[in-house]
Amino acid sequence: MTTKPSSVNVFSLLWDFFASVKLALLTLGVLCLASIVGTIIPQGEAFSWYVRKFGPWQAQLFNLFQLSDLFGSLWFKALLGILSCNLIICSLDRFPQIWKKITADNLDTTVVRLQSIKRNSRWTSSLPPARTVEEIARLLGRNGWKTSSRELDNGTLLFSQRGAWTRLGFFVVHASILIILTGAIIGSLLGFKGTALIPEGRSVSEIRTTGKSSSVDLGFEVRCDTFGIEYYQNGMPKEYRSDLTLLEQGREVLHKSIMVNHPLTYKGITFYQSSFEAYRDFIITLTDKESGDRQIFVTPYQKQRTWEEKALRFGVINAEVSEDRISRMKIWITGPDDAPSVFWMDPGQTIPLTLHGRPYLISAKQMYATGLQVAKDPGVWWVYIGCTLILAGLFTTFFLSHRKIWIYVHQEKQATAILMAGSTNKNKAGFDGHFSRLTELLKAAV
Amino acid sequence: MNSAQFLGITTFAYMFSTLLYVAMFVFKIKRLGKFTTCFTAIALLVQTAGLGLRWQESYQMGIGHAPLTNMYESVIFFAWAIIVLYLLIEWKFKTQIIGAFAVPFAFLAMAYASLSKDLTKGISPLIPALQSNWLISHVITCFIGYAAFTVAAGLGLMYLIKETSDSRHSSNDKTLIGSLLPLHQIEDITHKTMIFGFIWLTAGIITGAVWADSAWGTYWSWDPKETWSLITWFVYAITLHARYTRGWGGKRIAWLAIIGFFSVIFTYYGVNFILSGLHSYGSN
Ligand code: HEM
Repeated sequence: MTTKPSSVNVFSLLWDFFASVKLALLTLGVLCLASIVGTIIPQGEAFSWYVRKFGPWQAQLFNLFQLSDLFGSLWFKALLGILSCNLIICSLDRFPQIWKKITADNLDTTVVRLQSIKRNSRWTSSLPPARTVEEIARLLGRNGWKTSSRELDNGTLLFSQRGAWTRLGFFVVHASILIILTGAIIGSLLGFKGTALIPEGRSVSEIRTTGKSSSVDLGFEVRCDTFGIEYYQNGMPKEYRSDLTLLEQGREVLHKSIMVNHPLTYKGITFYQSSFEAYRDFIITLTDKESGDRQIFVTPYQKQRTWEEKALRFGVINAEVSEDRISRMKIWITGPDDAPSVFWMDPGQTIPLTLHGRPYLISAKQMYATGLQVAKDPGVWWVYIGCTLILAGLFTTFFLSHRKIWIYVHQEKQATAILMAGSTNKNKAGFDGHFSRLTELLKAAV
Repeated sequence: MNSAQFLGITTFAYMFSTLLYVAMFVFKIKRLGKFTTCFTAIALLVQTAGLGLRWQESYQMGIGHAPLTNMYESVIFFAWAIIVLYLLIEWKFKTQIIGAFAVPFAFLAMAYASLSKDLTKGISPLIPALQSNWLISHVITCFIGYAAFTVAAGLGLMYLIKETSDSRHSSNDKTLIGSLLPLHQIEDITHKTMIFGFIWLTAGIITGAVWADSAWGTYWSWDPKETWSLITWFVYAITLHARYTRGWGGKRIAWLAIIGFFSVIFTYYGVNFILSGLHSYGSN
């Protein structure tokens, strides 16, 4: 007599624990409750905020159970870990059974067993058995049921099945959840999220990461050329747009405009338009029409600037603001011996001028900094693959089924007797209809 | 006629439709059957026209977008999806009794949309974050799911009513409750409807995540709306597992269908009007 070593017992106990659906129901239930708490208690505030809002005693409690960062807390991650183990073990536990059903030798059966299948039909044919088998196999094949056959003692058994692989649907659903979680882990380990505020005309090559107080070197530079907002007639914002230029070692490698919902990805790093900041400065662009010389000037409000080369002096002397955006600007500009020109202009408007005997173009706008969300997430493809698979798996599990048909043909007195039986693992009603249509078809032919 | 008038008519038509289905059930007027179905189908067409017109009107205003971008429009689409789904069920399962439990929800949604002061009814232009085809797919998929869960809750209610009376009297076709479908059939349709909803909700959560990713660079940020949609998803996942692997059925599944529905309503309404209130109070 040998006793089992206790390690095996522990192992099998653990295995059974994680293979149980009861645990799955419990874990999902606890995840629900935890998530509810996480939506009721505002997340991510400072400790003092909770003290003010809920009192010191409760704030301590929140702190103890990490309720202010519930979804990032260790115990919430542990719950997801339990769910994952549960999924893995449960699937492994059931896989052999399911695999057996998929690969089973369905011809290895007996006539008695076929007779006991509820969905069956019997009839006789005047054709000889061999011809009958041939004809049935041909007809079934033409209707998408490829048959295999085996000679039994007294007759021939034909078998055909469809959708055996659909039994794997639930397996795919569970695996996809794991794939999505894997993607999330990859993203949090190898990726980063950060923000950058880039004034027009400036560039950055480092990004401050959110949450952690560190920064990431991009390996290239991002310059904001211009930032613009378009408005609807009623004053609501219609479009935020940043014209970005990417530079590597000072060389421009890419120009692109980004808008909300239309980010830019370069070397795995994606830039999203997320916010902006308006300055009290203005950007004035002057173009000498004859020589084509062009200069961009950042001009503080009511400060004079000069374009030395051309001996021009100019500034913004007044501005009209409607709902915190500049709707008009009053420009003052003069050459060395001209009388000063003073005029109003709209943002984005270009006005021709003659200064010092030469033609110029002038345009002006408020200066902005664009706020970018910057993210690198190498796990996102895992997440999207998981999402696609979960939908495919759900569709397979719920709408497709494993259907089998057996037909036994044998000589009975003068005639050829036919016994047809069918079974399905799901959607019984749908298969009933299909089965009776098939039998009608075969009865008419043999 | 403009879209508002079409949608106004729809509200009354669904009210009348509700009355017809309830009358057929309570007074057992089988003769009304064809008329009721036709009437409901016509009401649906009127609503479809209303939605189409609203779409067109937005283009005439120069801010063209599908009528699926704010709470008001989504409630209307919700009612639309309930009726479409209900009519499909009526056609597939050849029974009109479910109408008395499903159509009222469409009427309530329309009534809420037209009477509530919380909702802005005008067609407004889309702020940049909302200008995305993913948003449109997100709203469509979510609300088809929600509509299915609503019908499932109606069926759950029907099950509980039937079950309670069955356990008191021996049921026969002559009593009011006796005319309800047999229990096993109610359960079967409830289950199928929940499965249908589950697939659409899954798609809805996914399209929402893709949209968030393209707009902000994070597919999941545990904000209350996302979290509640996940809670709802868990509730139905629990229900499907309890039924499939632990053989739960009958009353328990009916209750879960109703609990799931409350979770749906909370995801949809509660997060906007209860939690956001809670949170904005906090930030003040
Ligand atoms: C959120 C997580 C989960 C989702 C979305 C999910 C989804 C599904 C779906 C759709 C089915 C098919 C049900 C049917 O045919 O009616 C299924 C079956 C099943 N699930 Fe899950 N599941 C999850 C988690 C789990 C976990 C953690 C376990 C661990 C025990 C589990 C165990 C099972 C089992 C044993 C089956 C039955 C498979 C069979 O024998 O055909 N599920 N699941």
